[in-house]
Amino acid sequence: MATTLTVYNTPQVAPVTGFWSRARKAGLAFAVLGVLAAGVLAFQARAGAPARFAVGVTTTGFAISVPGRVGAIVLGIICALTGGVLLTGRYDRWLRSLSALGLGTLVLSVLCSQVAGHTMALGDLARTTVLGALPLVFGALGGVLCERTGVINVAIEGQLLTGAFAASLFGTLAASTWVGLFAAAAGGLFIALLLAVLAIRYLVDQVVLGVVLNVFALGLTGFLFTQLMQRNTDKYNFPPTFAAWRIPLLGDIPIVGPALFRSNVFGYLAIVLVIVVHVGLFHTRWGLRTRAVGEHPTAADTVGIKVGWTRYRNVLLGGIVAGIGGAALTVGDVGGFANNMTSGKGFIALAAVIFGRWSPLGATLAALLFGFSQALAAFLGIVGSRIPTEFLGMLPYVVTIIAVAGLVGRVRAPAADGQPYVKG
Amino acid sequence: MKRFLRAAVSANTVTVTVLAVFLALLVGAVLVVLSSEELVAEYGYFFATPSTVLADTWAAIADAYSNLFKGAVVDPADVSGAIAGTNSWSAVFGPVSETLTYTAPLIFTGLAVALAFRGGMFNIGAQGQAVMGCVGGALVGFLIPLPPVLHLIAALLGAAAGGALVGFVAGILKARTGAHEVIVTIMLNYIALAFLQWLISQPGIHDPTRTDAISKQVDGSARLPLLGTGGLRVNLGILLGVAATIGVAWLLNRSTSGFELRAVGLNPAAARTAGMSVGRTYVLVMVLAGALGGLGGGVQVLGTAAKLTGQVAGQIGFEGITVALLGRGKPWGVFASAVLFGALHAGGNRMQSRSHVAIDLIIVVQAVIVIFIAAPALVKAIFRLRASRGAATTGLAKGW
Repeated sequence: MATTLTVYNTPQVAPVTGFWSRARKAGLAFAVLGVLAAGVLAFQARAGAPARFAVGVTTTGFAISVPGRVGAIVLGIICALTGGVLLTGRYDRWLRSLSALGLGTLVLSVLCSQVAGHTMALGDLARTTVLGALPLVFGALGGVLCERTGVINVAIEGQLLTGAFAASLFGTLAASTWVGLFAAAAGGLFIALLLAVLAIRYLVDQVVLGVVLNVFALGLTGFLFTQLMQRNTDKYNFPPTFAAWRIPLLGDIPIVGPALFRSNVFGYLAIVLVIVVHVGLFHTRWGLRTRAVGEHPTAADTVGIKVGWTRYRNVLLGGIVAGIGGAALTVGDVGGFANNMTSGKGFIALAAVIFGRWSPLGATLAALLFGFSQALAAFLGIVGSRIPTEFLGMLPYVVTIIAVAGLVGRVRAPAADGQPYVKG
Repeated sequence: MKRFLRAAVSANTVTVTVLAVFLALLVGAVLVVLSSEELVAEYGYFFATPSTVLADTWAAIADAYSNLFKGAVVDPADVSGAIAGTNSWSAVFGPVSETLTYTAPLIFTGLAVALAFRGGMFNIGAQGQAVMGCVGGALVGFLIPLPPVLHLIAALLGAAAGGALVGFVAGILKARTGAHEVIVTIMLNYIALAFLQWLISQPGIHDPTRTDAISKQVDGSARLPLLGTGGLRVNLGILLGVAATIGVAWLLNRSTSGFELRAVGLNPAAARTAGMSVGRTYVLVMVLAGALGGLGGGVQVLGTAAKLTGQVAGQIGFEGITVALLGRGKPWGVFASAVLFGALHAGGNRMQSRSHVAIDLIIVVQAVIVIFIAAPALVKAIFRLRASRGAATTGLAKGW
């Protein structure tokens, strides 16, 4: 039984003690990318054109000015040198900090070369990052709740979509944002209920099930959208939206303020949920039981934990969380629903779950990283960068493949993830 | 013949399939009623005139489904018209032509998923493979000038190569590092789509006369020839689909590699003990599946689409998954379910234009069919069927 991502039948897998250790692979990647950034991308910047980074949410106001090309070359070289240090294999203990340094300098180098001649508003970038990451955070938390208890959730996309749809429809009918929010939770719950009953009661293959439920949600929302919403937008698809709440002092902190403390209810809800899920999973009895059921249901059952009930409860909770994430797209943002408006966000959330190693904090950080790459892609598109935005859009998917292939680090799913439990 | 009869009579799977389709159409009917403002309003005063309400409900459902049938199979009015001489015979065959046109790419993508299934892998990447197939087919189709027949063959090979490349990535990663093919293929779907979107705006690919994201037209010499006359759209793709079904059936049931493939799919540990290279089989399966998915895209772009757009592959890859699940991973089962889904598409178009029921309904119907197929226990419970020996069992369940 293939229970983990790293299947045992892999004769060619290099053992960790081989020459190409994790650190060396990461080092090679940083060295190559750093040289590319310093040698190729840096020369896309006009000589002498400064790259301005404004601290506020607009391009005016206090700004740090960096000579674009020189900055890009210097930072790229630092990145390459970091890679070189890792390549020697003597500093494996410092892998984390060195990786962070390499990644940071690489991103900054690319920014210097691409922003040269323009001004980038960091506050705005941070806000766009968080806004884009919000549905991913909710979706990923829903996925973590579900998968930690041993049920694979490929249906995050469907839960987001149903949530977004329900929020818009019922938010409009009741002319209330809060009704929309609760309807979204119910929408996510509906898909999660189908997932739970079919996976736990009827033992359907969970990956197959997730894929089919996504199709179901796409068809259902698409059908009702065309039948009802498109014909009568004012009556069915014109919900009110949540206003932003600005927290007095905190909202004025540069960069962090606009990102975290000027958002609407979804931003604050996400912060609370991340903390609650993290503490809940790792520091409460409920969390211990959830993880026990996800890792070894037989053992959990032996000590008297009700496996089926635990799984039902968590899958449904996950659905509620993911459904709320869908509402962030409609009543939390643009208002109205559009056909297939999630367009793959659920799969990016799934990628965040995996890249974040099935932990709430990791998944959130991964979601923020993916949100950042989206925000960056949007910015580079606006300033007319020569880096194709499509390639930046590929980033979440590429890093997830790298992560599951164990090229950098290794991810391991909960041991019983995807295996139905039959008492016997 | 004897085997066929025994299969037809004993197979509980047939019963489950028929009931699943019935239940899905029932769910669709409920949606038709729920989404009709007039009917919902009528149900508000149901007890005043129950017979009228029920008659109207029945009329709405019957109208939608009869148009679905007429658009997919045949419209009796056209037949009588053709006999009387008021319309051409090609109008009579129009619905069938449309059904087969939608069927052709689904056969390939369905086979792509089914073949991988038999090799023990879940190929969610048929969409990405189809996208790269579209790219490969179209690039050969408008960049390389070749004489007619040769050009079509080269373009189809290009499509197969494009899909095979995507499949290879998933296969080699699974074989070498154990990366789960489901995750890798999901991600590859989006990578392929982003690549397509980037490619069509590049000079030399982009149609210079257009401002939107659209590529040049595939040369006529690389297009799949039409099979009918009088505006019928059905093309050679459907015959290629039949050939591919025969080929995959032969591969799976008659060839040595097919035997290894099934052995690895059923029990990799046993296959390895028997001396088969599991890793090599994984790569081979995914390359073959990718090539099939790519051909699905090729049939789409060399047949009806004729140029690359961001949506050129539509949903054919994702639908390939439902086609393969409905066909239970068997080549001719895939063929039959591709025809069914093709018919739903063709009929859905007419249902949308004549009965004003959105075509998205057929996506719901497809999904519900497959949910019931995947949970035969549920169908049995609903209809209180007796459990029969060797009957439809729940598919293999495995983890990440």
